[in-house]
Amino acid sequence: MSKRMELYSGNELVAEAAIAAGCRFFGGYPITPSSEIAERMSKFLPQVGGRFIQMEDEIASMGAIIGASLAGEKSMTATSGPGFSLKQENLGFAMIAEVPCVIVNVMRGGPSTGLPTAPSQSDVMQARWGTHGDHPVIALAPSYMREIFDETVRAFNLAEKYRMPVILLLDEVIAHLHEGVALPESDEIEIVNRKKPTVSREEYEPYADTKDHVPPMANFFEGYRYHVTGLSHNPKGLPSTDFEVVHAIQVRRQKKITEHLDDILKWEERSMEDAEIAIIAYGSIGRSATDAVEHLRAEGVKIGLFRPLTLWPFPEKRVAEIARQVKRIFVPEMNLGQLVLEVERMAKGDAEVIGINQVGGVMIRPREIVSRVKEVA
Amino acid sequence: MTFNYDEYVRTETIPHMWCPGCGIGIVMKSIIRAFTALKWDKNDIAFVSGIGCTSRMPGYMDMNTLHTTHGRALAFATGIKLAHPEKHVVVVGGDGDATAIGGNHLIHAARRNIDITLIINDNAIYGMTGGQYSPTTPPHMIASTAPYGMVEPNFDIAKLVMGAGATYVARETISKGIMLEKYIKTGLAHKGFSVIVAESTCPIQFGRRNRLADPVELMHWLKNRGVPKTKAAGMAPEELQDRFVTGELFRDDSRPEFTEVYQQVIDAAMKKENK
Ligand SMILES: Cc1ncc(C[n+]2csc(CCOP(=O)(O)OP(=O)(O)O)c2C)c(N)n1
Repeated sequence: MSKRMELYSGNELVAEAAIAAGCRFFGGYPITPSSEIAERMSKFLPQVGGRFIQMEDEIASMGAIIGASLAGEKSMTATSGPGFSLKQENLGFAMIAEVPCVIVNVMRGGPSTGLPTAPSQSDVMQARWGTHGDHPVIALAPSYMREIFDETVRAFNLAEKYRMPVILLLDEVIAHLHEGVALPESDEIEIVNRKKPTVSREEYEPYADTKDHVPPMANFFEGYRYHVTGLSHNPKGLPSTDFEVVHAIQVRRQKKITEHLDDILKWEERSMEDAEIAIIAYGSIGRSATDAVEHLRAEGVKIGLFRPLTLWPFPEKRVAEIARQVKRIFVPEMNLGQLVLEVERMAKGDAEVIGINQVGGVMIRPREIVSRVKEVA
Repeated sequence: MTFNYDEYVRTETIPHMWCPGCGIGIVMKSIIRAFTALKWDKNDIAFVSGIGCTSRMPGYMDMNTLHTTHGRALAFATGIKLAHPEKHVVVVGGDGDATAIGGNHLIHAARRNIDITLIINDNAIYGMTGGQYSPTTPPHMIASTAPYGMVEPNFDIAKLVMGAGATYVARETISKGIMLEKYIKTGLAHKGFSVIVAESTCPIQFGRRNRLADPVELMHWLKNRGVPKTKAAGMAPEELQDRFVTGELFRDDSRPEFTEVYQQVIDAAMKKENK
């Protein structure tokens, strides 16, 4: 049974969910519009025996959560654009060293200091390619309050399961919006913990390939005494420049994602069965698009919604199918065209792809989507 | 009997990557001797570094080792220490790693007085990247990015961390391995943020550019730059210019240590919550 409805903002829900998911360490640096997450974590973590620290900057915050995770704690940091930029180098470290952790980026208008208090969705590509080098990425983008809770828990679970950082993308609209939400009881929440080695220290290979491509992870101080480095390394974790070793481990890390798409991908569809037009939208704009679809359907337009909750990896196969079904796809985003590029890539010309873009710090409203759809039709 | 270093070394990773005549080996040996003297269980030590020649040390050490990003070792180490306050967290780094790119983390770790020991191998140059100048390259010395001589003033690392709040600070040249070992040992055992500056040598990147290519000659030059604390007390500031003071420079056992203070926060918050 769910608890009664309570009033929460999106940011507050991230903190609630993180603690419910088992997060016991938070390292952060204040930045609008994400600061409420740090504020709540500073209050609640010590109540459950966890630890909070306000580091000297975002680079340090990212480093601290990796350190805490290696030492066995589920860890999180939260930031916005400028801070997300600063975290990129250490985010890459977490990817190459395969350290589970959760990074929340509450997107605001950019570039640079941009629009500190206004929403955007302009870090979608940064979430994919922000750190240098080839690397797998998981990024989630919820739209609704209960979804923010569930996706935060899922972010921790995916991080633990696939031994990698997971990015949770919110935007200022849903981060600061307050709505009533019924949260699950703790026994209703599925919690995943990292897979531990069962072999001896001598046999343990922290970066060896396994059936699921996710090697078990020993925590520091558990007697395994292995090496963790941001240098390319061999299965033992020691630095390597051997072509075959380095290539194989890079490919394995990629397979953590590509061979588990069914588990990682998540989306919602509405009225897609007979749709001739589709809207693909996410985050707060996913809500505007939902309203727009309802409105247009009431007017008899055969339109449907595809709302990805997993942005990265991108749901390529399903989007390609949709492109074959419909004649036109609209992609409203609070940026100058980011996810639309992926949609175009997957549509391969099968459907016309039209972006609806706005970057002034004002949310794209349902009626703006409706009128754009009608204009083209 | 010769000292056995193997207990704390991943012997399968040797030979190491450092150049002949490099000073890092002396620092590594001093650290191992200090661990041995304290009888620290290697399972209980996290040994953390940034990037650089010095920062390759954890790869060779048989413990929980973490080779992070350039300058950020203390940030990662802070996370480890907070997750496991009862374990030993030790950080090593070069002068560039610790005081240039890592300068912000250095002063804040000191300010918090978190129970981490930092050992800086100060070879006064960027060794790994080819001899560019660092915040501690002495005035007028040649570096690959200071072809006309070093024109920037130096950090006095000991003063810097004392000012920022470190509660144990010592400095010694690698010409005095026994003293270095003693200071490292004291720093490791000290509860709070401790910094040991090992004044060190890089014959290849620093020495060769400065007519000090011979490791022994470079060692002599370095040794002569150091002035023991007691001797320095009677010297005029001009006499100490371009030299550094060695010895146990600062110790304060009265300042509270960060993870202990935070534990009080946890205890209070949990009590309130369970009421
Ligand atoms: C962010 C970043 N900037 C620059 C570098 C290149 N780099 C690697 S080591 C190093 C400096 C090494 O000097 P120091 O820290 O004094 O250590 P040493 O090699 O002398 O032991 C630099 C600049 C890097 N790896 N990462």
